[in-house]
Order: sequence, then structure tokens, then C-alpha cells
Amino acid sequence: MGNLLTIRDLSLEAGPRTDPKRILDRFDLDLDRGEVLGLVGESGAGKSSAGLAAMGFTRDGVRIAGGRIEFDGTDLARASQSALRRLHGRRIAYVAQSAAASFNPAHRLIDQFAEGPVLHGTADTATAHEDARALYRQMQLPNPDEIGFRYPHEVSGGQLQRAMTAMAMACRPDLIIFDEPTTALDVTTQIEVLGAMRDITERYGTAAIYITHDLAVVSQMADRITVMRHGREIETAPTPRILESPQEDYTRSLWAVRSIRKPDATGAAEPILTLEATSAHYRSFRALDGIDFTLARGRTTAVVGESGSGKSTLAKVIAGLMAPSEGRVLWNGAPLAGDHGKRTRAQLRDIQMIYQMADTALNPRHTVRETLDRPVSLFTNLKGKARRARVRELMELIELDPDEFLDRRIPELSGGQKQRIGIARALAAEPKFIICDEITSALDQIVAEGILKLLIRLQQELGLTYMFITHDLATVEAIADEVMVMKNGKIVESGPRARIFEAPQEPYTKRLLASVPQMDAGWLDRARRDAAEAKSAEAPA
Amino acid sequence: MTRLQKLILSRLALGILTLFVVSALMFVGIELLPGDLAQQILGQSATPDTLRAFRAELGLDQPPHTRYLDWLSGVVQGDFGQSLASGRKVSDLLGTRLANTMFLAAYAAVIAVPVAVTLGLLAALWRNSIFDRAANIGALSAISMPEFFVAYLLIMLFSIKFGWFPTLARLDTATGLGDALYVTFLPALTLIMVVIAHMMRMTRAAIINVLASPYIEMARLKGVPRWRVVLKHALPNALAPIINVIALNLAYLIVGVVVVEVVFSYPGLGQLLVDAVASRDFPVVQAVGLFFAGTYILLNVAADILSILSNPRLRHGR
Repeated sequence: MGNLLTIRDLSLEAGPRTDPKRILDRFDLDLDRGEVLGLVGESGAGKSSAGLAAMGFTRDGVRIAGGRIEFDGTDLARASQSALRRLHGRRIAYVAQSAAASFNPAHRLIDQFAEGPVLHGTADTATAHEDARALYRQMQLPNPDEIGFRYPHEVSGGQLQRAMTAMAMACRPDLIIFDEPTTALDVTTQIEVLGAMRDITERYGTAAIYITHDLAVVSQMADRITVMRHGREIETAPTPRILESPQEDYTRSLWAVRSIRKPDATGAAEPILTLEATSAHYRSFRALDGIDFTLARGRTTAVVGESGSGKSTLAKVIAGLMAPSEGRVLWNGAPLAGDHGKRTRAQLRDIQMIYQMADTALNPRHTVRETLDRPVSLFTNLKGKARRARVRELMELIELDPDEFLDRRIPELSGGQKQRIGIARALAAEPKFIICDEITSALDQIVAEGILKLLIRLQQELGLTYMFITHDLATVEAIADEVMVMKNGKIVESGPRARIFEAPQEPYTKRLLASVPQMDAGWLDRARRDAAEAKSAEAPA
Repeated sequence: MTRLQKLILSRLALGILTLFVVSALMFVGIELLPGDLAQQILGQSATPDTLRAFRAELGLDQPPHTRYLDWLSGVVQGDFGQSLASGRKVSDLLGTRLANTMFLAAYAAVIAVPVAVTLGLLAALWRNSIFDRAANIGALSAISMPEFFVAYLLIMLFSIKFGWFPTLARLDTATGLGDALYVTFLPALTLIMVVIAHMMRMTRAAIINVLASPYIEMARLKGVPRWRVVLKHALPNALAPIINVIALNLAYLIVGVVVVEVVFSYPGLGQLLVDAVASRDFPVVQAVGLFFAGTYILLNVAADILSILSNPRLRHGR
């Protein structure tokens, strides 16, 4: 009976009381002192709500409809606001998904660190500052004595996430809720952050609930894993058991993307797009530095790299949204103007783009029909009946029922459906080449799998050429023919998929590949060791 | 030179340019008015000869651009010329009026700004409570009534019914501070009621907007009490819009109070300007107009700079 946290029959509801939506449905959870429990599931599975409920906290509009949340003998579901406030930060702490958004931009890191201990009376300001430096050091932050005196915008994302974990540790809580803490980070940064988080929770014997959609990540952190879906528990088991012998089909389906393999491309590669010594600048910052490459017709080239490596700038230059400062872009052997306004209509038609956030790339006031009708009328001469038929045909291409979806407004669609409309809008121009900018990054594994399969089918049917920008190497392995690794605006290495994945030449490529979380429990330790070595190998270059 | 200094300098330079444009526009506007000063002062019976002589004396026979440039070169040297109507120096005319206007504006601002911001913060803190609704309804009613109506209402209540305050707000140099505050209480209260609603509602909206940020949730999950969340975590990030709306209302308190001045026959700049326009007294109109424009520009530049200073992202640019 050493349970720190016991949740029984917990139900959460949102929306009108007469017709509530269940967010959590009779959810149970047990957590021992010092234990780390992983909560895994897709977005909308209720894992964040469950994590917050473990603190007795619900977001606006969400209410507890029944059940108990017992933390060390207190029922948080019935505790007063002031009782909860005394627990929050002191005995239960929270680490949010985006540290950049969750640090107050108006205050220095160390002041935000000290606020909790001083408010809860566990330390005075001077002691808290001293403790902050010690924890920053333990979290392996650079310049631990000085970094706290910076404002959040002056610190990188990975460092902020570590500073936030240090802040959660400030009162030495019994329990920390980690809510997708590394989802917004690059894979190479993720390793450092995960390692530092695990070290510090082990060191202080802190219990934790680790929320993520990535089973590989959680398997490095958790003693036990609970898989969730639609607000319910699917299965709970010790980590090795979940990895080796998952009982439920749904658990197995969580690696859906990892199971796609596009057939190898055959035949001669004919060039369609060529960049010659192309550079691009944001004022004096060189975002692209002398890029030379050729894209092959009918193939998929994946561009991978960390944020800031120049991938998106490359897409902008090709699409004509940003003029290159040096070099030139050739389309079918003819030079392309740097400014899209100076390109011919045929060139504009040929090169289309699909964006990461379908939410913001589609006009929320338009219906699906209006969204698709516009590019059809803009780029083709179809009129009346033929145009309507073409819109329906586009819907069929992306496997959405025209009768059901054409008159819906964009906000009524799910994330995956929105992204399909984004694809249909690009197809409306009857393009030859589509730039896909992180188009599956915001989607769940299963939805992303559907989108990737669709893109592969469209390529085979329509002979499309793709440039696929992503930081997710599992996606690259699934659909790329060619891979191009970028860093600091330069191409580090490029070649056929099999060669890059099986025999990478450059130390950076090796480190990037090694950073992809693997399912076996020893991966993180191995990866941290390798990363340290790889980094020192890269240093002289 | 730091980025901030550059920014301030460029804003100030732009402000001075705007002042030139404003003075030119005002000059053109006066030229377009029908009738002329000489005719008005000398009356219908004046002979063409006396009119001509009078115009020559005042320099009105010169072409417009020469007169404008003459005036401009005087202004640059700090000489605003003489009133065409009374012959007194414009700077003397302006002196006491300016002091009166600034006094009334400061009086209203010192009360209105803290009260409005506090009310806005409380309304955001207790959002959708009785207090929030009452504050909103009160503010909206105050802003919906024209200011002269508010002024007469206050006079009716506090001067006529209760007899607490005088109906007229006459000031002269001999009036002491206490007396001045007493006699100008009703005009100040009128202005306070007019400006408070705008600032209060903007404060509330800006704070509520920030309260939706992830860092506010983070603060609450650290166990920070609600009032402290609003004051320490939300307010510093909501300062820019609040500062801007305060600057706009301060500008209104200085340049937009002519109606209130007339109701209370308060000797401020607004009345002076109205009189000067009626008599085509070009130098006075120009000087007052220039001052009003300068006030607007200065307050807006100040608001911009303060907004930037309130944002660490801009203060410590990467």
C-alpha cells in the first residue's frame, strides 16, 4: 500500500452538460513512489487530460464527471483550490510540451525558477538561485551559473526544455508530469534532453508520468506503459512486455509508419529540377549556402535535417517565394525566375506545395468545394459541368467521398482530412512536382500512414515528382527514393535511400540516424554514448 | 548606436516631418476659408485703400507661400509671431491657456489611468462575475453618452441639486492649487468618465487574451495564486496594447476637450483655437494646431518606445 497516486473510475467531460463529450472514460491509474509510468496514445486519446487530472487540474470547459484522484491520501477531485495550489509545484510539478511557449517571455529563467520555492516557502530567493544553478548543472546546461539570467527567447528549445525540468524539480516534488516534453525538439537534441530528464528523476527518486505519442521514446523512460485510446485504457504492462508481446492490435498499430516500404525505383533517372550553386540570405544570414543538386523525374527526394538547417528555405526558393541571392534554379533545363510573380503560368502550375499546418494553410471560412474550385478555375480552362466533375474527381483521388465532404467547411474536418484537402488543392493545378513541407509532422502515426500511402499511390498513377521535407527519419525510410541530408544551409550527404541508411559516410549523418529512437530499452544509453563520440568526430570538420 | 536609440531617433525624425506636413495642411485650410481678416476687423464700410494698407501692415498682401515660409522661419527660431486679431504675442496668449489645459488633463489622467487599469485587471481576474458585468455596463453607459450631456448631468446633480461644486471652472493666476482642484472637479470628472471606459476595456481584453497562453497554465500549475498570475505573469505581457490606449486617451485629454471647456467656460487651449478660427487669426491657429499635433506625435512615440521597453524580446534582441 505504498501507492503515491491512485486514480479510480475517473471520467472527464467537456461541452454542454446535456450532451457532454467524454474525454476520459472510467480511467484507472496506479503509480508507486519513484516509479515512472508512460502514457501513450494518439492526439485526442485523452493522455494530456489524464496527466493534468493527476494534478487535480482540468482545462477550461473540462469537468470531472466522476471518480477519485488520490494523491498520498488526499482526493484531488474534491480538494479545494487553495489545497491544490499548495500541492502544485511543491509536491506535484508539470513539464509542458513546448518550453518556449510555457516560459513567461517577460521574466528571466531563474526568477521563474525561484517563484515556486519562494511562494511555497521551501526556500528564500538566494537559496533558490543557488539551487537553480546546481540543477542547471545537473541538467547539463551550458554556463549553468549564467544561463538563468537570460530571458526565454535567448535560449534554445532543447535548453529551455531542460531548464523547465529543472524548474519542476525546484521544490523536489514527489511526482512530475512530463507532457510530451520532447515532441517539439530535433532528434539529436531529444537524446540529450531525455538523458538529462532520466538522470535527474532517478537521482531524486521522483515518480513521473511520461506522456507521449512515441512508444520508442517512452520505452527509454518508463518502468510501465499504459496505452490509451478514446479516453480509455487499452492495455498496461511493464515496458519490456509491451515492447515484446503487446496484447492488443491497437498497440501494435502504433508503429504503422515504420511498416510502410515504398518499392525501389527502377529505370534511368531523368533530371527535372536542378539547382546550381544556389544561396539564399535573410539579410546577412546565409540560410542556403551553395546548394547543388538535381531532382529526378518521378522520384521522391527526402530532405532531412534539424530545424534551422535550411530545408524550408530551400522549398521557398524552389517555389519562388524567396529569391536566391546567388546561383540559379533550372526547371526542365530552363531557368526559373526567383520571384514567382515573374514565372510563366505553366511553371506555376507545374510546381505546387503542400504545407505542414493544414489548419492554417486552408481558409477556414471556405467549404471544401470552394477550396478546390478556385485552383481548378485558376489553372484550367474547365467551365461549368466539366469543372464540377473535375472537383469530384479530385475528391476521389484523395479518397474522400465527394457527396459527404464537398459542402463541409474546413474546420469541420479532422487533421488527416484537412491534409488530404491540401493535397487535392495541389493536385488541382495538375502539377508535375510537389513540395511536401513536413506534411505529416502534425499528424498521428496511423493518419500519417494513410497520407503517405496516398502520396505513393498518386505518384505511381500520375507520375509525380516529390520533394519531401521532414525531420522524421521513419517517414524518410518509408517513402524516399533519394535522401539529402542538410545542415547549416549546406548539403552534408545525399544518395539513394538504401545507401544513406545502410552505409552513411558522414559523421553527421551517422549521428542523425543514431538519434532516431529505437524500441529496445538500452537504446538511450547507447545513443548518448555514440552521440558524444560522433560530436567529437564532427568537431574538426 | 543601439537598435533602440536608432528606433527612437527615426521615430522622432518622422514626428518632426509629420509636424511640417500638418502645419502646411493647416495653412492651406485657412487659405481656403472664405472672407479675410482685414475685412472682418475693419467692417463692411472700409474703403479699398484702408483695406490694402491694413493688409500690407499685417503682411497679408504677400503670396501664400512667402507668408508660410516667413512664419516657418520664425517658428524654427522659437517666434510664433503676433496674433492678427489682438496684436499680442502668440506665445503670451498661449502661455496661461496651455498651463490650464495641461492642468486639467493631468488632473483627469492622474485619477483615470490608475482607476481604469485597476478596474480592468479586476474585471479580468473575476471574469464573468457580477463585478465584471457591472464594470462593463457602467463603462459602456459612460462612453455611450456624449460628453456635454455627461457634463450637464454632473452640473445638475452636484452644482444645482446638492450645491457641492461650482458650475463654472474659472481660473486665474491667483487661484491656489487646492481651490483650482476644487473648481475644476466637475470638468475633470466629466473627462474621467469619458476616458475610463476605453482604457478599462482594453486592459481587460489584453489581459484575458494573455491568460490563454501556455505560460499562464504553467504558472497556475506551479501553484501561483490567481491574483499573482494576473499581476506578475499576464500584465507584463499585456503592457503594449494598454500603453497604447493610455497614450491615445492622454492625447484626447489634451487636444479633444473643447466641448467640456465650453460647458464649464474653462479658459483652455480648445476655446482659444475655436475663437482664433472664427476670426481667421492665422498665427494663433497655426501655433495651437502645431501644439496639438506635437502632443499627439510625442505621446504616440512615447507609447511605441514604452511598448518596446516592456518586451524583453525587443529590449534584448538576439
